[in-house]
Amino acid sequence: MSDIKVALIGNPNTGKTSLFNRLTGLNQKVGNYPGITVDKKVGHSKLNNAISAEVIDLPGTYSLNASSLDEDVAVQVLSDKTNENYPDVVVVVVDIENLKRNLYLYTQVKDLGIPTILAVNMADQMKNRGIDIDMQKMESLLETKIALVSSKQNKGVSFLKKLIVDYRSLSTVPCFIDEPSVLSKIVDTEKKKHHLETVRRYQFIKSVLEKTYSQDPQNAKDLRSLLDRILIHKYFGYLIFFTILFSIFQALFSWSAFPMDYIDSTFAGFSEMVRAHLSEGVFTNLLAEGIIPGIGGVVIFIPQIAFLFLFTSVLEESGYMSRVVFLMDKIMRKFGLSGKSIVPLISGTACAIPAIMATRNIENWKERLITILVTPFTTCSARLPVYAIIISLIVPPEAKFMSFNVQGLMLMALYLLGFGMAILAAILLDKFLKLDTKSYFVVEMPNYKLPLFKNVVYNVIEKTKAFVFEAGKIILALSILLWVLASYGPGKDFSHAEEIITEKYPNYSEEELEVEISSYKLENSYIGIMGKTIEPVIRPLGYDWKIGIAVITSFAAREVFVGTLATIYSVGSEEESTIKDRMRNEVFQDSKKPVYSFATGVSILLFYAFAMQCMSTIAIVKRETNGWKWPLIQMSIMSGFAYLIALIAYQILK
Amino acid sequence: MKVSTIASLQKGERAIIKSFEGIDVPLKLIEMGCIEGNYVEVLQRAPLKDPIYLNISGTYLAIRIEVASKIMVEKL
Repeated sequence: MSDIKVALIGNPNTGKTSLFNRLTGLNQKVGNYPGITVDKKVGHSKLNNAISAEVIDLPGTYSLNASSLDEDVAVQVLSDKTNENYPDVVVVVVDIENLKRNLYLYTQVKDLGIPTILAVNMADQMKNRGIDIDMQKMESLLETKIALVSSKQNKGVSFLKKLIVDYRSLSTVPCFIDEPSVLSKIVDTEKKKHHLETVRRYQFIKSVLEKTYSQDPQNAKDLRSLLDRILIHKYFGYLIFFTILFSIFQALFSWSAFPMDYIDSTFAGFSEMVRAHLSEGVFTNLLAEGIIPGIGGVVIFIPQIAFLFLFTSVLEESGYMSRVVFLMDKIMRKFGLSGKSIVPLISGTACAIPAIMATRNIENWKERLITILVTPFTTCSARLPVYAIIISLIVPPEAKFMSFNVQGLMLMALYLLGFGMAILAAILLDKFLKLDTKSYFVVEMPNYKLPLFKNVVYNVIEKTKAFVFEAGKIILALSILLWVLASYGPGKDFSHAEEIITEKYPNYSEEELEVEISSYKLENSYIGIMGKTIEPVIRPLGYDWKIGIAVITSFAAREVFVGTLATIYSVGSEEESTIKDRMRNEVFQDSKKPVYSFATGVSILLFYAFAMQCMSTIAIVKRETNGWKWPLIQMSIMSGFAYLIALIAYQILK
Repeated sequence: MKVSTIASLQKGERAIIKSFEGIDVPLKLIEMGCIEGNYVEVLQRAPLKDPIYLNISGTYLAIRIEVASKIMVEKL
């Protein structure tokens, strides 16, 4: 017997995903619906010894009116019998405290004629809140079977499984029947029809609840108003928010430093091992110089990204994030953004990719577009390696300003610069973008609750995985391409590098020769030629052709900058001190002045602060804005601006 | 009995939703229970007076003043 196909559907904040986790455990995977970006979660659940189910977790939605992408998915899955995900039975998850609103979706699902079960979640709260339900009566009025469950305490789940097994005995008739004749007479537009139908559905639900549901108002606990009084207080609210934000950043950098170092050295070790154990050849080189460092370049960001997802999912699950949105909306609107832009802007400090995906719940298209366009200005973790090495080159570690470490201050200044630039860009975009969009904003203020450890962990694992594969594919492909471009070159200069160099420096030791040969090879490789070609363009910024190569390669991802320089200066390892020494001694070929002067350093820092040096971001912006127009505009403006600022900075400082 | 809009209610005041001025009220809001006949209570205004935090018939949500000023209510 094949698996029973079960679809879970429910409003946001009903604990639908916790219930999904209870049903399926770790037997779940996240994919995409074909052609669109909404996450599709499918898992397997053992219902009893003989029967198991394939459970699909549909996106959280308030209705089936298909006014958003998420709702669209639900409608497609539930209304098309030929859809591969069309279920045998639907479980509508509702929250005991929000029955009235949650049942609205239920009545719509029930209309579709699929066997439907009503799972009333958070049933553990019934006593606390003095709620009483006449189950039998409610079952008959709603034409269904009801399972009282508590995904938090894992109660009622086995009863729900029993109901799923018996899905054939469930009713498939609608519980709410409108009179179409009445409707067609009085309303003319589709919108008014929706409105009227909504009102009538609510009237039906009201009548059902009046007969079956009672709540003793004395028992309603006042945690919400107590916490709201503090968390959205006009002074404390902001104070608390900024304190949390500050602590998150602190934790993000101090906690992830150790695992990041560990990953770095592990991957370096891998490359060594491959070299030591595989015979010399093209494939070994590709593996050791292209693929392994390429994968390492992605994996190294896992700690920071995982911590960031950990914090954001705790803030969201607890209900606090909605309060921040509420606090910040008016302020953000002054910049053409929405209160909901806060989440992407914070996430952007780890990586712009998940941040841009987080803009999906901004209703107003203009506000969402502006958020997408300015988020890449925030200082993402890929800029850190570039900042770290350049700052350490141009500022001596012992420099102090008012007893603060100047290197640290400079890093902080770059963070502030990123945020400032994002805000400035938003203001300008708000002024010049002429988009006629309906402005509205609805944010649900959910009950405060203690985040479920299990949910948070699943969430972190899932999102981190998605990031690693999404960005990983591109970075991996690019690092292979780069390796090829750097390992091959046209003409004799490349193929006869050994002879040319050996002739030129007859007195060099073998080791010195090797260094010279590889740097000569690089100069004449395809990528070297590219660097030389763009030298006239970047020379006014204070860069030589080698930095030019790093600028080209780090278009894939900013952190590639350091790795590329390491290869170019033919330092065998990426160990920072050796690259740094090499960089410090580097001089321009013509003027013999040091390349990494203060002016060039500042110019590089500013360039990387502003330029759109990230293929993955471009790809994600294209996906989220449905076309090449916005990513291309974004890239030209960001990179053009970066060039200009770096140029001005260098010309003034040199 | 006084007719006004949600935007003009004071903190803590309750009212019954009567009608919508224009049809610009978003469907999502209606689906969340913001319909004629339901009660609304103003819980709090954001520190800069906007948005406004409401309890609409047991659903807690925040909307901007712009929309709130289009929803006509009758004070209780």
